[in-house]
Amino acid sequence: MPRLDKRAGDVLIWFLLLTAPYWLPAAGSYVELGTRVVVYALAVTALNFLLGYTGVLSFGHAAYFGLGAYGTALTIKYLIPSTPAGMLVGIVVGTAAAAVIGPMIVRLRGVYFAMCTIAFGQVFYFIAFQWFSLTNGDDGVSAWHRMPLDLGFTSIDILNNSTAFYYFALIMFAICAAAMAFLLRSPFGHTLVAIRENERRARFLGIPVDRHIWMSWVISCFFVSIAGTLFALMNNFVDPRALRWDQSGNFVIMAVLGGMRSFWGPLIGSAIFLVLQDYISSHTENWMSFIGLFFVLIVLFFPRGVLGIMRRRPLS
Amino acid sequence: MTQLLLFNVFNGLIIGAFYALMALGLSLILNLSGVINFAHGGFLAIGGYLAYTLQPYLGFWGALLASPFLVALIGIAIERVLIRPLYGRDPLYGLLLTFGLAFMIEDGTRFIWGAQSLPYQIPGWLAAPLSSEYFFLTGYRVFMMILVAAAVLGLFVILNHTRLGLRIRAGTLDLETVSVLGVNVRVLRSLNFGLGIYLAGLAGVLAVGMLGLQPTIGDNLIMPSFIAIIVGGLGSLPGTLAGGILIGVVSGVTTVFLPSASEAVMYVMMAAVLIVRPRGLLGEEGRF
Repeated sequence: MPRLDKRAGDVLIWFLLLTAPYWLPAAGSYVELGTRVVVYALAVTALNFLLGYTGVLSFGHAAYFGLGAYGTALTIKYLIPSTPAGMLVGIVVGTAAAAVIGPMIVRLRGVYFAMCTIAFGQVFYFIAFQWFSLTNGDDGVSAWHRMPLDLGFTSIDILNNSTAFYYFALIMFAICAAAMAFLLRSPFGHTLVAIRENERRARFLGIPVDRHIWMSWVISCFFVSIAGTLFALMNNFVDPRALRWDQSGNFVIMAVLGGMRSFWGPLIGSAIFLVLQDYISSHTENWMSFIGLFFVLIVLFFPRGVLGIMRRRPLS
Repeated sequence: MTQLLLFNVFNGLIIGAFYALMALGLSLILNLSGVINFAHGGFLAIGGYLAYTLQPYLGFWGALLASPFLVALIGIAIERVLIRPLYGRDPLYGLLLTFGLAFMIEDGTRFIWGAQSLPYQIPGWLAAPLSSEYFFLTGYRVFMMILVAAAVLGLFVILNHTRLGLRIRAGTLDLETVSVLGVNVRVLRSLNFGLGIYLAGLAGVLAVGMLGLQPTIGDNLIMPSFIAIIVGGLGSLPGTLAGGILIGVVSGVTTVFLPSASEAVMYVMMAAVLIVRPRGLLGEEGRF
């Protein structure tokens, strides 16, 4: 397969993202699907900060995604009817929860880490499910909607104009992706990769490994909670499924599908996964079987993902 | 009050026994193969549904005996085809594969047996309460406790007093050496996987007698089983057993005082264990 020039790839991706509202309807799709891809791409890129670049397997990221979503929804519904305020609360709640849980799990490794992140993730699912008076339980938080963005001199109607909301989500994605790319190029990012490649050697070099993993975990959950707030705004609704373990599994499979070792892998993975999910669920009732089969096939035949195969590097 | 407390303690014991049965199977597979079997709840559901289908032909006892064996055979077949290629690879892949498998099994059971819950017949003399004062002590519940205890006992006898058990325990510590000593590791892993799945199938048959059949029946048991393993200590089967029963009873007692927290209390226990003793109650130092 041809080796894509890196700069050309970046330009192509940004070009496609920026023009999506114009070519998506022509391609027989709709703008909302593009928004969903961007939101999930942000969540999966954030997960991949931890998974692909730090080499730590989290299977519970849906919790912080969902906390961001619930924080936003409840703030807009009950406290302040303002989109930025809702987002701010969502991000703070998600990140704070991750910061508190982090120290309990950063000492663990491998499967054990994964198992604990799953279990801790479920705590928030149960809270959202059972705190009926606040969250309305299984029925979810409805009867609210995102508010137009008030910039002082003008107001942007992201509520009724789905193209405007797409660009809003894209701008958030661009800022977060740039921030993560910047972090990964910094000495801190190189340290994370060093931990991934050889933890023992990193430890001998005097790197405080646990603290770095904790930081990487919190940064990753910070960005995933931003994706969560966008998710709530996108749907004008949130229910406990946003933070259940199958959501975490979807994030991980999207990262694997696109390629965990590539920065753009998560974007490509979520685009393929969501388009496929959209197609399958509108054609059959047994979509769960197909998604499950999809998981199995990717793991068995496609473990390096799309970009991994294009780069042809051996799997570590 | 005492009766309510007793009722919930007993209930917690039963639920805890289920958690333990599930968690022991998960632990066996995890220890030897390094795979977290997300589909374990799915195998439990298959166990229940197969028993439901077999019951008209084999009767209650026949179904109870046959169903877990069939589930174990299905498990071994799946291990051979799907899970074997993943050994030695990043644990991520095992998780994702069994995760997809869990989806397929849940959807498959829904497709074959329908989404609505089905009743499961147990013999009348087992369903009756043993005492009028302690109404909750039905014969079936006591019977379940005895059977779970027998299964756990049987498992520990296999592990401690047979050649297979010796190899499983040795393989848990150092699979490479076991392989070098001439043991067929592939077969060992298959049998071990089958043993773990057998326990899930048995839990399934027993659970449907109490809870009835529905495709998602395994979902509610899988997370507590994870917690049981974490609380009990990774790599320690007695720890897993203790962890399962402990969280069951604590959650049962919590139901008396604060019903809405009965789920949350398990997670609180897990957090407490991870802070105070990250290796778990009976786990070995430095294993993970």
